[in-house]
Amino acid sequence: MTPEQLFTVALLGAVIGLDVVSFPQAMISRPIVAATISGLLLGDPAGGLLVGATLELIALETLPVGASRYPEWGSASVVGGALFALRPTPTSGALTMAVLGALATAWVGGWTMYVIRRFNGAIARRWIPTLGLGSGRAVIAIQTAGITADFVRGGLLALLAILTFDPLTRAMVGLWSLDARLSRAVVVAAAAAVAAGAVWKLFHNTPGARWYFAGGLAIGLLLLVIR
Amino acid sequence: MTASAASLVAPSLPVHTWVEIFIRQLAVQASWNYELLLGTGIGFCLEPALRHLTGGREGEAYRAAMARQSAYFNAHPYLTAVAVGSLARAELERAPAGQIERFRTALCGPLGSVGDRLVWAGWLPFCSLLALAAFGLGAGPVAVLLIFLGLYNVGHIGLRIWGLRVGWTHGMRVAAALANPVLRHGPTHIARAAAVLAGVALPLALERIIEPGRALLGGVLLATVVGAALITRLHGRVEGWRIAVGVLAACALYAVVAR
Repeated sequence: MTPEQLFTVALLGAVIGLDVVSFPQAMISRPIVAATISGLLLGDPAGGLLVGATLELIALETLPVGASRYPEWGSASVVGGALFALRPTPTSGALTMAVLGALATAWVGGWTMYVIRRFNGAIARRWIPTLGLGSGRAVIAIQTAGITADFVRGGLLALLAILTFDPLTRAMVGLWSLDARLSRAVVVAAAAAVAAGAVWKLFHNTPGARWYFAGGLAIGLLLLVIR
Repeated sequence: MTASAASLVAPSLPVHTWVEIFIRQLAVQASWNYELLLGTGIGFCLEPALRHLTGGREGEAYRAAMARQSAYFNAHPYLTAVAVGSLARAELERAPAGQIERFRTALCGPLGSVGDRLVWAGWLPFCSLLALAAFGLGAGPVAVLLIFLGLYNVGHIGLRIWGLRVGWTHGMRVAAALANPVLRHGPTHIARAAAVLAGVALPLALERIIEPGRALLGGVLLATVVGAALITRLHGRVEGWRIAVGVLAACALYAVVAR
């Protein structure tokens, strides 16, 4: 991995990590976007999209609601897309390791978001007397500190994750003995089960949702047959 | 000017102030924390409007309003636009401080729950599933990105602009605008459309991802049904992505150890 590639992953991780909560929440941090952009910048957009779509299926169940703790999919998907794009030829374990690396990064990323929120709280507490006096400068300082810390968080997370998982992936893929078909089938089954569970979680309270889903499934299967 | 006299003449703000408020809106959660939640974010967004109070940045009215508006606040980030618009108007009309504070507190609940249902549990999964369906139908990377980002942000940016407009237009009488049919019935309709899309997208996307493993499709379908049933049974106790980590880690270890 070249220094330029490392820099690209870290910078992209920072920018996309920022989108998760701080700025601008335009959902460039969704896996299907972040991993694809990562693959695009590292020379394999189709590979990035493949990883992104797999992660998107898993991320469907995450509702980024307020104070809840959830995986940080943005920087993690940048890492996932990069891990797959950096393999020169597609090998049987590459997708498994890219998705696993992204999931592990998302897990740690969720914890780093909690740390940032605590950090923001500490900054705000320090400024509370000034805020009480109605200082506009204090508000701007707090917002700037928060956005800067989050940018650094995303960049460091992506950098450390790629430095950890790239050599690990290379070693694991080199030792990989599982058949390519079975490896891919395991990833798909895991993502599909999580996605199906997510669909139930999201829509089971909506009146008639099961029939709408069944109708859509019939269309989807028909499209598969006639293609 | 008294509050009653001020309400006769609606205040106005220059376009560049609105642009600044809108851009700041995109960073409303930049300092999200467990103490004030996005309270300072609201103060940050309102600040350009509050400069138009008598005395400007150094004036007593500006300082009192900034202190009020930087206190605890919680809502869905996109719908904070409604709060920002209506609070800006209330402050510029010099409504009584106690009334503004009570109104500000009352906004938190509805703007949070409506936004969560409309955006996080509706519009976002709908756009995700549409992008997955496009991917499953063979769309390339750029097309998938354009479909997802284009569609999602029409809703996202539209909601923020609508929020600012409706908040500013109605001021502290914005509750009636929140009864808008889109907000009341929109989540249900979007959820139904997303359920249809889920049915379409899942088989198509999975078929494209599985490519070399197509021969094992029967086993994958069985594992999917069993896995999904397990995840729904464990709902609220274990999240699906954690189970996926376990399954993939076990697969990777087996692939290396069984060599």
